[in-house]
Amino acid sequence: MSMTEQRSTSALLYLSGVTVSFDGFKALNNLSLLVEPGEMRAIIGPNGAGKTTMMDVVTGKTRPDEGEVVFDGRADLTKLDEADIATLGIGRKFQKPTVFENHTVRDNLLLALAGLRSWYRLLLATPTKAENDRLNEILSIIRMEPQQHMLGARLSHGQKQWLEIGMLLAQDPKLLLVDEPVAGMTDVETETTAQVLREINRTHSVVVVEHDMSFVRALGVKVTVLHEGSMLAEGTLDQVSADPRVVEVYLGR
Amino acid sequence: MITRFLWQGMGRNLRLFVLLVLAIGIVLPLLNLLMPPASAFYVPAWVLQLIGKYLCYASLALAVDLVWGYCGILTLGHAAFFALGGYCMGMYLMRQIGSRGVYGNPILPDFMVFLNYKELPWFWHGFDQFWFAAIMVVLVPSLLALALGWFAFRSRVTGVYLSIITQAMTFALLLAFFRNDMGLGGNNGMTDFKDILGFSVQADGTRAVLCFASALVLAIFLVISGAVVGSRFGKALTAVRDAESRMRFLGYRVEGYKLFVFVLSAAMAGVAGALYVPQVGIINPSEFSPGNSIEAVLWVAVGGRGTLIGPVIGAFLVNFGKTWLTGALPEVWLFALGAMFIAVTLFLPKGVVGLWSQVRTRGATRKARAPA
Repeated sequence: MSMTEQRSTSALLYLSGVTVSFDGFKALNNLSLLVEPGEMRAIIGPNGAGKTTMMDVVTGKTRPDEGEVVFDGRADLTKLDEADIATLGIGRKFQKPTVFENHTVRDNLLLALAGLRSWYRLLLATPTKAENDRLNEILSIIRMEPQQHMLGARLSHGQKQWLEIGMLLAQDPKLLLVDEPVAGMTDVETETTAQVLREINRTHSVVVVEHDMSFVRALGVKVTVLHEGSMLAEGTLDQVSADPRVVEVYLGR
Repeated sequence: MITRFLWQGMGRNLRLFVLLVLAIGIVLPLLNLLMPPASAFYVPAWVLQLIGKYLCYASLALAVDLVWGYCGILTLGHAAFFALGGYCMGMYLMRQIGSRGVYGNPILPDFMVFLNYKELPWFWHGFDQFWFAAIMVVLVPSLLALALGWFAFRSRVTGVYLSIITQAMTFALLLAFFRNDMGLGGNNGMTDFKDILGFSVQADGTRAVLCFASALVLAIFLVISGAVVGSRFGKALTAVRDAESRMRFLGYRVEGYKLFVFVLSAAMAGVAGALYVPQVGIINPSEFSPGNSIEAVLWVAVGGRGTLIGPVIGAFLVNFGKTWLTGALPEVWLFALGAMFIAVTLFLPKGVVGLWSQVRTRGATRKARAPA
């Protein structure tokens, strides 16, 4: 235990020996991973490597059978649920943009805004001046001021992506988990998304799960390769792509 | 602060609608009391009783809509809360009979004398007081909803599984209340009521006041529901309905939101049931029958799910149809009910209220296109 505390003091996210099995199939197998504060990390791996399961474990959706998951050097994430973990400062962006379709753009941001979460306080709450200012600020960052009273359902795919990024800014997490952000995007959009993520990385730690190699190259960050639920290799993209085991996993068989 | 809370949800349409409900609740009873029976404006007592009944159904529909329309919980057992409120009121009314029963026992209701009860069961104590019964009308359904919701929502039971649990709940209560040793009148239930708060339940004046009270309660429920769904809580609530797991990852403890509306809604259903019983003059276990809960869902679907006005309109429309059809062609009613369910699902996903706004937007776009 003392060792955990020592090692996790510097790491923002610390996974050690995490194992998750579904009906005997080990989705994660003794996985260990360290993410430093302020770091951006890309996680790649073939289908079924355990990328999404890893995200589920970190955000509290799935409980690991074994292993430690520690956030910010003190919080044991295996004992907390989604709401607790989100409140601690871990945000998650899903593969499909999930905005609230029956809410306006502004209300989407208001729901995501860090702060009030308890039902009894929300019954009587009205947005404060500070909250309104913050909403206006985010609306101008994502350039959606003209659409702020539009319903989420009426936004285009690209606008939804922007709104979701705005919601993440509003949530202001310490660590941001991003699941395949460029799936279904054009090359130009992919490049813009890489810029946006680098921008966010200035003030937030980010973990990106991605298939798209050119996007990972554009991010230019440390890469972790997962395979069959464990870490296969770690390093720069050039280093890991030179690793024969990685080549074997991606191209072999 | 409370005034602001209640005011925030009041759009113009809702304000007008609340006034309309109140107007019905004031004008009809007055016409019944003040007009001579020969006048064209005279409202006969049976109409008043019918409207009073519909107003209670409308409150039940609003309660169902609050959980189904705004939180996505399809409850198929809400009539159970309605019936529990009704039973609490029935117990009070039974205690008011006193020694005027057939057996003339000053303490025990007739059915207990008949079943050889020696003394009043413990849970009947206090029901001779109106204030106690009134508290129980709210408390009993709320506590049941709290217990059921606590376990179901915390274990993340959702969708059709939750619907089945609520349906099973009302069915279990139906079977339990049928038993004579429940001490609640068995399959005959409770009837032959005499007085409420010292006034005869048969008197015209009492009927008029009960009809007004039903309208007043519906109006209050509309204001409360409007405030709840119009608040920031309401925004979070509809977000839970649309994307529950997203809300969890945003840090919302979804169970609290569901539990609050579920309990509030059960309390509303209980009060509606309590007003219903003195107006129809009987409460028996058939009020728990699963079909009743499903009908209440149908009222909401017909009127317009996720609107506050819709369930009220739906409850009136469907029940008017039922009253008319069961009189004119009794064997057709169930088929008509089924056909209505199919028609609404296929053609009116947003109910009658949705149809109205659809027609209006279509008219507006046509107008906008016309000059071009």
